[in-house]
Amino acid sequence: MKIIIAGDGKVGSTLAKQLSAEGYDLTLIDAKSKVLEASEERYDVMAVQGNCATMEVLDNAKVRETDLLIAVTNADEVNLLCCLLAHGMNPKIHTIARVRNPEYTKQVYEMRGLFGISMMINPEGSAALEIERLIKYPGFLKRDTFAKGRVEIVELRIESGSKLCNLALNDLEGVIKCNILVCAVLRDGKAIAPNGFFTLKENDRIFVTASPQNLTILLKNLGIITHRAKLVIICGGGRVSYYLAKALTNSGISVKIIESSKDRCVEIAALLPKADVIYGDASSEFVLESEGIAKCDALVTLTGVDEMNTMISLYGHSCGVPQIITKIARIENSTLLNSLPIGSIISPKALCSNAIVRYVRALRNHTGAARAIHYIADGQAEAIEFYVDENTMHCGEPLKQLHIKKNVLVASITSGFRQTIIPNGDSFFEKGNTVLIVTSAKQVIYSLNDIFE
Amino acid sequence: MNYKMMGKFISRILLVEAVFMVPALLISVFNKETKSVVGFVLGIVIILALAGILMLLCGNSPRGFYAREGLVCVGMSWIVMSLLGCLPFIISGEIPNFMDALFETVSGFTTTGATVMSAIEEMPYGILYWRSFTHWLGGMGVLVFVLAISSAGDSKSGYTMHLLRAESPGPKVGKLVPKMKTTAEILYVIYLVLTVLNIMFLLAGGMPVFDAVCTAFGTAGTGGFGIKNDSIAGYSPYIQNVCTVFMLLFGVNFSCYYMLLIRQFKSVWKDEELRFYLGAVLVSIFVIACNIRGLYGTIEETVRHAAFQVASIVTTTGFATTDFDLWPALSKMVLLALMLVGASAGSTGGGFKFARLLLILKSIRRNVRQVLQPQKVQVVRVNGQPVDEKILENTNAYLAIYMIIIVVSCILIAIDGFSITTNISAVIACFNNVGPGFEAVGATCNFAGFGAFSKLVLIIDMLAGRLEIFPIIILFSGAAWRHK
Repeated sequence: MKIIIAGDGKVGSTLAKQLSAEGYDLTLIDAKSKVLEASEERYDVMAVQGNCATMEVLDNAKVRETDLLIAVTNADEVNLLCCLLAHGMNPKIHTIARVRNPEYTKQVYEMRGLFGISMMINPEGSAALEIERLIKYPGFLKRDTFAKGRVEIVELRIESGSKLCNLALNDLEGVIKCNILVCAVLRDGKAIAPNGFFTLKENDRIFVTASPQNLTILLKNLGIITHRAKLVIICGGGRVSYYLAKALTNSGISVKIIESSKDRCVEIAALLPKADVIYGDASSEFVLESEGIAKCDALVTLTGVDEMNTMISLYGHSCGVPQIITKIARIENSTLLNSLPIGSIISPKALCSNAIVRYVRALRNHTGAARAIHYIADGQAEAIEFYVDENTMHCGEPLKQLHIKKNVLVASITSGFRQTIIPNGDSFFEKGNTVLIVTSAKQVIYSLNDIFE
Repeated sequence: MNYKMMGKFISRILLVEAVFMVPALLISVFNKETKSVVGFVLGIVIILALAGILMLLCGNSPRGFYAREGLVCVGMSWIVMSLLGCLPFIISGEIPNFMDALFETVSGFTTTGATVMSAIEEMPYGILYWRSFTHWLGGMGVLVFVLAISSAGDSKSGYTMHLLRAESPGPKVGKLVPKMKTTAEILYVIYLVLTVLNIMFLLAGGMPVFDAVCTAFGTAGTGGFGIKNDSIAGYSPYIQNVCTVFMLLFGVNFSCYYMLLIRQFKSVWKDEELRFYLGAVLVSIFVIACNIRGLYGTIEETVRHAAFQVASIVTTTGFATTDFDLWPALSKMVLLALMLVGASAGSTGGGFKFARLLLILKSIRRNVRQVLQPQKVQVVRVNGQPVDEKILENTNAYLAIYMIIIVVSCILIAIDGFSITTNISAVIACFNNVGPGFEAVGATCNFAGFGAFSKLVLIIDMLAGRLEIFPIIILFSGAAWRHK
């Protein structure tokens, strides 16, 4: 499949890395030849220098033979124009535009029909949505939903003194008294596919599959309190803060936004009548304390500087804030961050490129294609949801009789009757079921049949 | 420095080399040449053993392969490949002297075609085949070949770009299609198809199969090893003309052929380098034909010899149909100038390349105009596209290094006491991968007279010329090896 990526910025190059590794024919367009050179040296791609919103440059990039155009420059208008031109030159092309301005995102459905834009993606909007979900269901570091909400994969950190500490996975069910599956463990920055004799240790981050009901039981039995957040402090008043504050205030949670620019404070105060907007420097301990950091239920650091977000989150941890969410733009540097107690890490750009990769994979193979893909364990593993159709092999055979590839785990099987089972050796899947597969990210699994040896 | 990754790559190149020795071995077996059979069998065994050891040592290589590793890897592979490629010559006893055998092999791989052998027709067929085949493999580049056949798992990152860039000639190397593997495949398919066409045309002229294949290898790689003492002179005029045309075809940038394949005729027709190249060839043929009139019987013969020699020299092949050392001074000067320029960028030919000359001429024109109108902002354009200042700068630097290397090499080989013409033309002929020079290294003579030290200098010149200087120079620079 031939793909053009317009805009070789952070998202563009993340996409180039991911998609070139999956073997697509990639062409990058950017106005700056410097960044293109760097990408050309790092990834197996072709580079075209120029303005991606001109027909000449699109022609040079061979848009007429391309299957998908992804416009992720930093200007909404350029992205949209680029998609429109591409669609005009090649009506069969799929187009994805990154659009941040809420005024444009509002008209997404109309634009889809009129100009054939297949997907519009708003990184800040989706980051806000992600943070909102985390705040509404605390206790987990990260939470991914599959099978229309019937299965979840959540990330937990094993604290010292937790019931899970020094527990072998075989004894897990006895302790927490419900059916869950630990599908991956991240220890010292390395993902491990555990077996029954694997013993959990302090500071492991574990990825657990379960149905939502069982997750509630899990939290209760582990003694992790799930009380609803009442007061959330947001540091920084950027776009993500706006989307987040709007969503939180609408569901009745009080929000304090601390922003250091007076003009921006006035702006968001006008936009968000229900939120408290504080004019002050969020990195100052005095400001945070006077705004009641000790009493808040969640601290979200969304300033534009990664280092500052990390510092504020660390301070929040020392004040005993129960839930902390930190925005990190440069996610490639996250190895060190994972060892710090700064709670969940959110990267709008990584979310954006993950969403696009998911779309690309779905486009590649319409039948038997993955319905949803989520990266877990710092991108070292992925959880993929498949629908079992008539082409799937080994339907109805117990799992223990199948030869499944190494490092591939069948994490859950959901049948049509709202029943989710965490499979054991005797379980099987049938046509119409939804299967969740967890695999190492190095293996590329395109269809369910790829998991068999 | 990622030695393991380099080792892995070099082991693969050795495998390719061993596999390509098999046809030569079969030819030796078929012709019952006992000595060369032993040479090839031992050669293959040694190469495979080394490749195996390298593979075992470099099993789990860390990632991280950058420009530095790419350049060093290219330089190292060519040296290792040449060192092992000369094994059959030595073991079979055909060229017992190590330095001579190495000279012959490097001359083959770098498509120079300069030889130390005087009695070529007495050599066994297997050895002659291997000698010509090194041209074919070296012409398009063995690393490009490895890129084309290696599994997709290795071409995921862009590091392969450094390999292509280091091995393919020209001021600006780009891919034809987004994927490196596909680019390498396209290049080799074009190369293969042109070679097969060449063989067929030669066979149609009544050439024996073995001669046709070896001559086509020499033409395709723009190498110039003949299998006869008098090169192509003994063959019919038809065969000579076929050689002229195919030499010129292999001196054209291969991306032009790709453009023809995807039916972009206009961009081929408008290509400035192609026009410059063909224009220079036509003008040179005309000048030389006028200059040598009277030396040969008919006009047809005069033009045929002029055209053949011009094509042979400009594409840096080095075949000959006549002893051009006997031509008048003007013709020899024209040929010497063509030797310096060489073929087009992205072709199998060597030399400074017409693309670079074009850039240099254009930037000189700009500098002259700048004197007249200092305020005017001028952009150098090629094919209507503005050229990056960095590329102009690199081209100027390349010219400087190019000249320095020629002068230094001339001084170094002067200790053997040959005439100035011989020394200069020998260095230019080796550095630009042409093959024959003038006087003592002329079309009818060979390089056997030089001492071991001079041969080593010329070997380095040949490698530096083929790989466009930097991959070889970098091997001598401490910064490349320092651990950081």
